[in-house]
Amino acid sequence: MDMNEIKEIFFQECEEQLAELESGLLKLNDGDRDPETVNAVFRAVHSIKGGAGAFGLDDLVSFAHVFETTLDCVRSNKLEPTQDVLKVMLKSADVLADLTNAARDGGSVDEARSRTLIRELEALANGETPAAAEAPAAKPAAAAPKAAAPAPVVEKPVVNDEGFQPIPFSFGDFDDEPAGHYVPTVQVVFKPKKDLYAKGNEAVLLLRDVSRLGDMSVYCDMDSLPTLDKMNPEEAYFSWKISVTSEKGEDGVRSVFEFAEWDCDLDINTIEEDVVGEVTEDEEQPMQPVPFDLSMLDEGGSAGNDEPAVMESDAAAAVAAAETATKVAQAASRAADNKAASAAASAASAAQANQAAAAGQTIRVDLDRVDRLINLVGELVINQAMLSQSVVENDANGTSSINMGLEELQQLTREIQDSVMAIRAQPVKPVFQRMARTVREIADITGKSVRLITEGENTEVDKTVIDKLAEPLTHMIRNAVDHGLEMPEKREALGKNPEGTVRLTAKHRSGRIVIELADDGAGINREKVRQKAIDNDLIAADANLSDEEIDNLIFHAGFSTADKVSDLSGRGVGMDVVKRSIQALGGRISISSKPGQGSVFTMSLPLTLAVLDGMVVTVAGQTLVVPLTAIVETLQPEASAIHSFGASQRLISIRNSFCPLVDVGRILNFRATQANPMDGVALLVESEGGGQRALMVDAIQGQRQVVIKSLEANYTHVPGIAAATILGDGRVALILDVDAVVAASRGQSLRQDISLAATG
Amino acid sequence: MKKKVLTVDDSRTIRNMLLVTLNNAGFETIQAEDGVEGLEVLENANPDVIVTDINMPRLDGFGFIEGVRRNEKFRAIPILVLTTESDAEKKNRARQAGATGWIVKPFDPTKLIDAIERVTA
Repeated sequence: MDMNEIKEIFFQECEEQLAELESGLLKLNDGDRDPETVNAVFRAVHSIKGGAGAFGLDDLVSFAHVFETTLDCVRSNKLEPTQDVLKVMLKSADVLADLTNAARDGGSVDEARSRTLIRELEALANGETPAAAEAPAAKPAAAAPKAAAPAPVVEKPVVNDEGFQPIPFSFGDFDDEPAGHYVPTVQVVFKPKKDLYAKGNEAVLLLRDVSRLGDMSVYCDMDSLPTLDKMNPEEAYFSWKISVTSEKGEDGVRSVFEFAEWDCDLDINTIEEDVVGEVTEDEEQPMQPVPFDLSMLDEGGSAGNDEPAVMESDAAAAVAAAETATKVAQAASRAADNKAASAAASAASAAQANQAAAAGQTIRVDLDRVDRLINLVGELVINQAMLSQSVVENDANGTSSINMGLEELQQLTREIQDSVMAIRAQPVKPVFQRMARTVREIADITGKSVRLITEGENTEVDKTVIDKLAEPLTHMIRNAVDHGLEMPEKREALGKNPEGTVRLTAKHRSGRIVIELADDGAGINREKVRQKAIDNDLIAADANLSDEEIDNLIFHAGFSTADKVSDLSGRGVGMDVVKRSIQALGGRISISSKPGQGSVFTMSLPLTLAVLDGMVVTVAGQTLVVPLTAIVETLQPEASAIHSFGASQRLISIRNSFCPLVDVGRILNFRATQANPMDGVALLVESEGGGQRALMVDAIQGQRQVVIKSLEANYTHVPGIAAATILGDGRVALILDVDAVVAASRGQSLRQDISLAATG
Repeated sequence: MKKKVLTVDDSRTIRNMLLVTLNNAGFETIQAEDGVEGLEVLENANPDVIVTDINMPRLDGFGFIEGVRRNEKFRAIPILVLTTESDAEKKNRARQAGATGWIVKPFDPTKLIDAIERVTA
């Protein structure tokens, strides 16, 4: 593993931490005061900061640091997480996400916004309540177009960088001191307390490190040593007087005792050179040489075996050894244990592996590998279908064991397919979480107060669907808040809660995922929509439209009911774009609205983009697949139900309502003349705008699950055709793009080269 | 013989960095994701030195250090605390809990190895 891979892991982890951060903050916003929630939020920021520091992502580190400091105030109950405080924090979480993305993808971030937030966070940490005046002041800066700004002045935020200073303790080249220049001599009086040993520090290691600084002489004071019977093996009785001559001087010596200084009496002084002699030859202080050899450490603790030898020397030495006896013995036993452990190394690592397996219930797999597997399973499905077909053709008896085996194979294939699809399935949670941010931002800009409620976040759907869901959903949420919800004052006047609610729900419904976006705003102003449609020549001034049809007008291209184009919704993309992206995913969108009570947008999407339940039909000798989800019903037209209309249009009457008849073969240029409706079958399909169309095909072959093969990837985009698939007999069948065909029937003809693709 | 290091950190990033750094320096590395797991693996891991983070779910670094120090068999193991904060309060708490020393994140490989060498024989 190299640093780039670790960096990749870091960014993955950041995403998780950011999600954790946001959900934690939202919990706090809802009044959750569980300390663990605060801790989790703090940890998320802390982890990001830690990792960012390791990769030198300074912008990220400094922002995370300020954020973390403020969160620490919340954690230590110095700062009450009020709604106002959380508002700042949620915005900070957004900026942190932006910074993370910028660090990964190299994009830029809104400097002004992050600077503003750093100020706000610092103010909070300093105990100031969030100034209400500050927020609006920040807005123009945040909304200011970046492009207009001159080369952005990167103003380093004022951050206490102390946390990131490296600790100085390189021992340097003490061997090649230049001759003839003054080298300070440092005298140390070092008296460990028992805590020093209890914390895993070791006097002898400290002495070793001092000795590495330069020429050292050391004396051990054992005066306070009691007799054996009174001795506590865990107590510290010795003190040392050390004199070391080193380039590093006093600071170098101090740094050696960095970890130990609280647990010992330490007196470090630089002395004049002539004083050195006085101290070392001081007859007044009876000092004895250290009774153990530092060199024993060089053998990595194995000296513990020589314990008796150390103890033999004299009484004082024996007791001296006793002081470190516990330490040495522990070191020795550890060394011994290590030997045993190394013998059982494989067993230990196996246990380790077991633990890891038990602990982690998820694995991370490269998406490419999953996709490859899905492709292979797709091939398997096709192959299995081909095999069944040829067996059926060659085996007239149909009772042989081959058939039984085949059936089992078919079942297994289906199960494998479902399982593989499940690997790609992901909860919609990340997308929903992103929407929380969108709501916050728009609420902020519009000055509305909005609460986003999400339900069914754990509903799973194919990753591709999820990835493509974010954009239309963002746009719809923008619309819901910007156009749907009223201003707080107006809501209050209407007797509604001044805080508007946007509810985002996901659920599984008969093999599809249904996502609902409901607001409790004003609902669609049908008068306004109607007028706008008339102004834009979408409908005739005297057109008689049902409420549903008026509501659906908002899906028409270029339609916007906002009186003036706002920064939010009016970006030139309307609901028509939303509708198209949902349709591109094989989904449908519908709206229902109640004036004064709000609107509900319902999206229904396939769970996967890899397979499709389709109806296999024949059109002019070609085999086509019509997505089952588009089909409402199938019927055999009767002559009495067919009515001509205009030059070439025909209508079919179904249960007393008229529905345009679309000749698929004609539209796709499979044949030059219109087919006789009585010879074929009509497929009633839902089409854009909520209306229905009857697609004319020659015959229905059956219903089948097909593996979708992209035409764009393998050939080129063909109007009227969504994709292709391979049938059981090995032939390629085209999957019909129902909406494109319906649109074409309304006069927008498909490109002429379409017949090229229809090679079956 | 290889020295064995037990690292305890909830961040996958840091865990991987520790693993690479320590393995490159010739240490045997055992990893745990939080204090609870750290105490669980301690017995089998039998490390020469422990490197632990402070902010972790379930059981934080302070609690973990206290747990190790309460363990009759492992209480004398040197424990280094990985910390991004250099403020005296955190260090002090870690020390009171029984930490031997600390390494300030972001660490570079030399710094980490030096600190480990410093507290092990």
